[in-house]
Amino acid sequence: MSLEPETLKSLVKAAAEKVIASAPELTALDQAIGDGDHGANMKRGFEAVLGKLDVIGSQPLGEAFKTIGKTLVMTVGGASGPLYGSFFLAAGDSLLQSRDLPDDVAEVFACGIGAVRARGRSAPGEKTMLDVLVPVLETLTAAAGKPDLLNRVRETASEAVARTAPMQATKGRASFLGARSIGHIDPGARSSCVLVQAVCDTLEARQ
Amino acid sequence: MSDTVGIVIVSHSQDIAKGTADMVRQMVGSEVKVAFCGGDPGGGLGTNVPLIIEAIDKAWSPKGVAILVDLGGAETNSEMAVEMLQPERRDLVVVCNAPIVEGAVMAATEAAGGGSLEQVRAVAEELSAG
Repeated sequence: MSLEPETLKSLVKAAAEKVIASAPELTALDQAIGDGDHGANMKRGFEAVLGKLDVIGSQPLGEAFKTIGKTLVMTVGGASGPLYGSFFLAAGDSLLQSRDLPDDVAEVFACGIGAVRARGRSAPGEKTMLDVLVPVLETLTAAAGKPDLLNRVRETASEAVARTAPMQATKGRASFLGARSIGHIDPGARSSCVLVQAVCDTLEARQ
Repeated sequence: MSDTVGIVIVSHSQDIAKGTADMVRQMVGSEVKVAFCGGDPGGGLGTNVPLIIEAIDKAWSPKGVAILVDLGGAETNSEMAVEMLQPERRDLVVVCNAPIVEGAVMAATEAAGGGSLEQVRAVAEELSAG
């Protein structure tokens, strides 16, 4: 499917606005098991992305993803900057010079996830954003082309966030808490869920 | 003066970064280039890729630059900053797995003695091994 500049802009705008609106929730989650800056950091990063919306809309898809990635890297401030930034930089690399999405969106998503794993030297099960992104990728692959794809992705993301609560963190600041990180959902998993669901909601509204 | 490995200190707090740099200068002298940064782009506690790149440029030496960091985000942001350097510089910058204050002092001492980038890193990282 091809992605018109206006569609891309509306997706980026919706995702950014949703994350910005979620900042207080993300901060509260991060105060429980991290250093309490995830909401403010994501808000700053995605406000900067909103500021580049016209540039993003004017670029080929791969370049647009790279602009988003670079903006997040340069403005977020916490570890989530390089993590989300690397996701978009790597996804952008896999799309370079194309305005069309490949038939297999999952492939692009997988490239992004590969970069997050490498940047954080982490794997699923460690109470991180990967615990949402990896299940979402599995659903994107399993339900590709199905009419209820968007719903299934949304459900997967919500369920995956909830599943981070009983996990013990072994990466990031939360790992200092050891077993005391158990019982709290992971802020990075939650912000990933917010982004994924905002994209699903916007695509659904345009159908 | 022959070139020595440069030292960059990256803390979440600008005060800690500056204080560490002050200690290095007092203990090792001024023959080693030391740059530091701390704080997120909004001025709060955190780290910040553009400032890290700037600090690497300030401490730049043909022998390379060793970065000392405090907590997780400083390490991730420093690694990201290294990747964003010009390709010919990337291999000449290392992020040391060492405590920030002791690591910076040990690394700068080794650098002042003419140590290579690998030697500087090894001396700093010995602190984490024990």
